[in-house]
Amino acid sequence: MRKPRWFAVVTLLGALSLVAAGCAEEEGGGGGGGGGGGIDCATVEFGCVEVGPDDPINIGVSQVISGADATLGQDQVNGIELALDHRDGTFDGTDGTVLDHAVELTVEDDGCSAEGGQAAATALAADTSVVAVIGTSCSSGALGVADTILSEKGILLFSASNTNPALTAEGTHQPFYARTAHNDRIQGAIVAEFALGQDVGAKSAATIADESPYTQGLVAAFEQNFEAGGGTLTGSEQVNSEDTDFKAPLRSLAEGNPDVLYFPIFVAACTLVIKQAQEIMPDTTLIVSDGCLSSDTLKNAGADAKGVYASSPDIAASANPFYLNELVPAYKKEFNSAPLSVFHSHAYDAANILMDAIEAVAIQNEDGSLSIPRQALRDAVFATKDYEGSTGTFTCTPLGDCATDVTIGIFRAPGWPVEGGSPNAEAVYSDTKSLEDVL
Amino acid sequence: MGTSPAGVAGVRMRGFERLPWRRIILVVLGIAIVLVVGIGAWKTLSLNGAEGGYSGAAWRDFVVEGVSQGAIYAMIALGYSLVYGILRMINFAHGEVFMAGAFGSYFFADAYEKSGFLDRDPVLALLIITGVAIAVSVGTAALLERLAYRPLRHAPRLVPLITAIGASLFLQNVFRGFFGPQPYGYPKPHILTGGTTILGVAMTRVQLLVIVVAVLSMVALQLFVARTTTGRSMRAVAQDSEIASLMGINVDRVIVITFVIGGILAGIAGVLFSLTFGQVQFTMGFRPGIAAFTAAVLGGIGSIGGAALGGFLIGLLRAVGPPLILTGFGIPSVFSVRDAFVFLVLVLVLVFRPGGLLGSGEAEKV
Repeated sequence: MRKPRWFAVVTLLGALSLVAAGCAEEEGGGGGGGGGGGIDCATVEFGCVEVGPDDPINIGVSQVISGADATLGQDQVNGIELALDHRDGTFDGTDGTVLDHAVELTVEDDGCSAEGGQAAATALAADTSVVAVIGTSCSSGALGVADTILSEKGILLFSASNTNPALTAEGTHQPFYARTAHNDRIQGAIVAEFALGQDVGAKSAATIADESPYTQGLVAAFEQNFEAGGGTLTGSEQVNSEDTDFKAPLRSLAEGNPDVLYFPIFVAACTLVIKQAQEIMPDTTLIVSDGCLSSDTLKNAGADAKGVYASSPDIAASANPFYLNELVPAYKKEFNSAPLSVFHSHAYDAANILMDAIEAVAIQNEDGSLSIPRQALRDAVFATKDYEGSTGTFTCTPLGDCATDVTIGIFRAPGWPVEGGSPNAEAVYSDTKSLEDVL
Repeated sequence: MGTSPAGVAGVRMRGFERLPWRRIILVVLGIAIVLVVGIGAWKTLSLNGAEGGYSGAAWRDFVVEGVSQGAIYAMIALGYSLVYGILRMINFAHGEVFMAGAFGSYFFADAYEKSGFLDRDPVLALLIITGVAIAVSVGTAALLERLAYRPLRHAPRLVPLITAIGASLFLQNVFRGFFGPQPYGYPKPHILTGGTTILGVAMTRVQLLVIVVAVLSMVALQLFVARTTTGRSMRAVAQDSEIASLMGINVDRVIVITFVIGGILAGIAGVLFSLTFGQVQFTMGFRPGIAAFTAAVLGGIGSIGGAALGGFLIGLLRAVGPPLILTGFGIPSVFSVRDAFVFLVLVLVLVFRPGGLLGSGEAEKV
């Protein structure tokens, strides 16, 4: 008795799902046909994202919003929200629309790590309503992880804070990856130029990296440019970011008697290296980068931080009046704090470039629904040329680097542009370079 | 005719099998290691400064750094070893007991620095700070024992092990929840800044303090275990807790005392560690905890002298081993592999002495 009944249920379910699939196919086909634009969603590679007549456009966000690096990701989420707010032309607290559709964010925490990037990308790739993803926060979350997972699905990954050179290098670049953040080839080159220049006048340098692609990319760019500029490398060490005892590696580097020590590692380890280096090599000039540029470093390193140089995107030098007079006040008003880091402006610009691209390629169907072809969306973003952003002009290269002219400033502690330093500090050195200028 | 070659081969095979293969492999392995270490060290020491060699002053600094770091590992390792000796259990939350003490004392150290008391009367201030660290660590260790481990004392071995890992994560997240993920700067009194020279060896005052305090605490522990009644009952419970309880020893009390002693050492180590690095963070217990656990196994888990020896050895191996042995082979950034190097040494020691350096010589079934 049992078996036939089971069989009937299964058969019924199977039949129903076939009917449902048939209906869905019909709907999709009809929508694509109605819009025109020469793209047939049924045959185009990676297909289209279908947005129902009353549904919002869903943009994925993969940022670190918990743990020690949460300010990095939260700052960018704030930047994206401001871009939605300003879509209607004013920062008034009500979001604008894209092609008469509201825009909704699906935020996943990527934890600023490879594992986190994988989890966030997998979750977002599984959601068929996600049009594109703004993220990740850290290069480790994207490189070989999120960029690959999303590119396989034809989903654009657009980062505002990944700076590792490999992400946009020939051979490792994934076709659906682009960024508004600067490429660390430029930051490394400007730091090397500063170290060799008249402020420091270094002839020799040593470096420390940790296990993250961010620090390794920066150190490699610095070393290349420093040697090309006529400097000598006396040694390089790699440490673990969770370690605390750096005296032995520092003592080993001190044997080479370097004029400069460059260690673009993250806050906790960076602070310890600053303290221990002041003990072991007091005459060496210490230089760090934006991963260490934080009020925590200044507070915890105390007097030892004095005189330490830090490189960072120089927003004050590249910002336009809109950024200073409208975007920053709106940020302060909506989130009740000064900007948490420097990447909100890049995230703001990334969100706008993306929404412009959606407007350019989306097929508006007769019933008010949208069909957004994935490949065309990616091509539209990559075709961005001379886009006037909040802190610079963007032109995307075929390898996905959109910030082509980058201004990097060097700040001298305690005059770092963070809370606890002097928030309006001016860079002691600042230079703008484009990707063609650097090695 | 047809069977005889097979028979001969069979006899040969049996002779082949009778050779003491295990011993031969060990001897060959031993010779290979000695050769690699010897050649590496010789090559490194024959390099001059221009080729990347190290000066005598650098070697002295490596050794001092290794010893002072090892002293802290040794004090934490004793906590692992004592508990293992009594309960045959790895207390993986011991790194967090250390972190709790350091974190707790931070608030007093910070307040004393702001009020100027830390520099006005540094000895008294440091004693109070250490007292607070000990109190917090002991409290944490005793609560762990009472709430997490005692109810599971008769459960299978894996259960308290998993519980210990869970307790470790729990404690980390409690501290992160209360105090946030950021590091806090730990003040250092002026009396401890700068360097000094002891027996012709230059070291910082903090390093000197670390080594002296660590050695004194370990001597005190050894005397306590060897000379007092409580120490004797600890040894009795370590040998056989059932018989010990038949002899009228309160086993629960002995176990609590063991955790308390581990907590005292972890608290002192927490203050020494914080003075050395000037920073506390909720994750600070993890790496020293792993290093100390490795030290306890290397020295022979369950043995007090073994834990102390293992701690100093791990500190020295991390500071001196990579430059001494790897630099000679032209390997770049030698310190990037210092943890791998330590574990390699651990594996090799366990191959030759399964119970650890000062252990029973038998493999412990952990």
